[in-house]
Amino acid sequence: MIGQVIFGVLLIAGAVLFGLRVKTIRRNILLGKDIDRKDRAPERWRNMIRTALGQGKMVNRPVAGILHIVIYVGFVLINIEMLEIVVDGLAGTHRIFSGSLGGFYNFLIAFFEILGAGVLIACVVFLIRRNVLRIRRFHLAEMTNWPKSDANIILVWESLLMFAFLSMNACDFAIQQISGEGSISFPVSKYLAGMYGDDVHTLHLIERFMWWFHIVGVIGFAVYVTYSKHLHIFLAFPNTYYANLEPYGRFNNMEAVKKEVQLMMDPNADPFAAPAPAEGEQPGRFGARDVTDLTWKQLLDAYTCTECGRCSSECPANQTGKKLSPRKIMMDTRDRVELVGKQLGKDGQPVDDGKALLGDYITEEEVWACTSCNACVEACPVNIDPLSIIVDLRRYLIMEESKSPESITVMFNNIENNGAPWAFSAMDRDKWKEELL
Amino acid sequence: MEKTSIQVPTVAEMISRGEQPEVLFWVGCAGSFDDRARKITKALVKILHHCGVKYAVLGAEESCTGDPAKRAGNEFLFQMQAMQNIQVLNAYEIKKIVTACPHCFNTLKNEYPELGGAYEVVHHTQLLQDLIDNGRLTMSGGGTFKGKRITFHDPCYLGRANEVYEAPRKALEILDAELVEMRKCKKNGLCCGAGGAQMFKEAEKGDREVNVARTEQALETAPNIIATGCPFCNTMMTDGVKHFEKEHEIEVKDIAELIAEANDLL
Ligand code: SF4
Ligand code: SF4
Repeated sequence: MIGQVIFGVLLIAGAVLFGLRVKTIRRNILLGKDIDRKDRAPERWRNMIRTALGQGKMVNRPVAGILHIVIYVGFVLINIEMLEIVVDGLAGTHRIFSGSLGGFYNFLIAFFEILGAGVLIACVVFLIRRNVLRIRRFHLAEMTNWPKSDANIILVWESLLMFAFLSMNACDFAIQQISGEGSISFPVSKYLAGMYGDDVHTLHLIERFMWWFHIVGVIGFAVYVTYSKHLHIFLAFPNTYYANLEPYGRFNNMEAVKKEVQLMMDPNADPFAAPAPAEGEQPGRFGARDVTDLTWKQLLDAYTCTECGRCSSECPANQTGKKLSPRKIMMDTRDRVELVGKQLGKDGQPVDDGKALLGDYITEEEVWACTSCNACVEACPVNIDPLSIIVDLRRYLIMEESKSPESITVMFNNIENNGAPWAFSAMDRDKWKEELL
Repeated sequence: MEKTSIQVPTVAEMISRGEQPEVLFWVGCAGSFDDRARKITKALVKILHHCGVKYAVLGAEESCTGDPAKRAGNEFLFQMQAMQNIQVLNAYEIKKIVTACPHCFNTLKNEYPELGGAYEVVHHTQLLQDLIDNGRLTMSGGGTFKGKRITFHDPCYLGRANEVYEAPRKALEILDAELVEMRKCKKNGLCCGAGGAQMFKEAEKGDREVNVARTEQALETAPNIIATGCPFCNTMMTDGVKHFEKEHEIEVKDIAELIAEANDLL
């Protein structure tokens, strides 16, 4: 009985902590500006099914991709077993479905065990890849202590959960052999049974310990995930759904600018009339200086980023030793919005802490190193768009602060004066034609 | 060698004759002013002329699309340029545009419509593919490139940005050369380093230049020719080849130049 109560309390505590954290993350994401991503629903569903559910982009790197699919499928399907564990925990029963499901139960357990073993192996391989093999993307500058530990904690944690799951089954197998009752095959865990001896009492104790370790571990994991880069296991779905559907090359035409330019180009407009701010539009700034100038989708991107570094490993700037790393752009955005979220005033509005995403997190040097090649966007397995943030930061630098590398200013002046980025006279534009005569 | 002199008509001239061009050739700033890129412009004009395409240019009425301004964050300047160009294009009732610059292509195709300028925009490799498919462009030259190894460098703004991967390759196929792909190609292609207004500034501090990294990948295929479809890529790859001191063995040429050469048009 006491076990059931403890179990119930843990379950509720886990759910509450998880729920509160979800609320916080939602609130933080909604600090971003609005952007319409509700159109073209069928395409969005297709995108989500292909990329998140179907892991379409993961297999672009076959080794990591296939191992990841093993963990992903294992994670999703073994959760079905959680149903039984929760019912057992609350009702004080043991393997409640084994009786009613009969042969099918045997099949399910066998299936879960094979998946569990697969997950365990994949996690171990991933740990080796991360820590022993020198794969460049796992060791870039932004992979400081915490991001590295976060990744390792998750992999070790998942391995332990699978180990506990298999051990608990192994004990049941041993007990089944000794007592002669039951006929579950336990195709994987039976090989572990030898480790736990043949004393029924000890086996029971170990089984209970593993059972508790597993379930407490799962609850703890669910809460931990919400603080970690591992959030992608949930957010990959909305993030791919709401992803940009336009060609990568199309950058948005800023509405606020459109109005002013139209006014300037309109010969009938009163040149002294200040453009009236449109209904409901905040005065706002051009481009982005801080996370609150970004859209909710860009903030959702930041929370979804799993820090895999595929973007940075494809980035031409990063490959050639520049400071820019698109993964860092996403990590900085997330760190910043977390902090802004923590410091909200009583009115729920961000307070000025004298810091900003641009400058205190992301430097101008990084912003200017981007070639806007979209390699990062293409590489991201969960359709994150680091480039859009880089462009918004540039827009702020140019349009609010008139700050750019000197040669860029020269290029702007040339376009303005000669209609070409170089200092050639517009009159010479068709000089080349003479060379054909 | 066909040494014809070509009068390149402007749209204004054509319209004053009561005609409308089949397609407007958007030359672009590089194509107009840059010495190297002008060769690409001329090669394309020769092909258009050779195939009897009714084309025209805007001449002095063309102005920068605003692409480098936009990528560098200057949305005002971009939209000013766009509005100005759209006024000209709409006044001439332009329906179809071809350009040899993927940056102009992307901007005209994707960013102008929302500002009031909707046209059918094609990259010159797409037009070349069309001309080939319709039988308007055939190979008369006979095997200039037979047995040569050609590797094509995907321009970011043609490839990833607009998913045009096949047209340039189809256009190269008629050269009867051996097409070899780089380790990183099509959607995984590596940038030449010029995009996003990088062409107009010094690179940030790093351990090497992007164009050198990309040229290295091209050299891995042991090519005779590196084919490009963008004036900026062309510059970057040319510099990259020089960096490796291979300029006497390896040519960097635009697809239009290769096709013109194969047809003895140059
Ligand atoms: S778009 Fe910019 S950040 Fe992304 S890969 Fe290209 S250079 Fe790197
Ligand atoms: S942005 Fe995408 S590719 Fe880059 S680290 Fe995050 S999840 Fe990986």
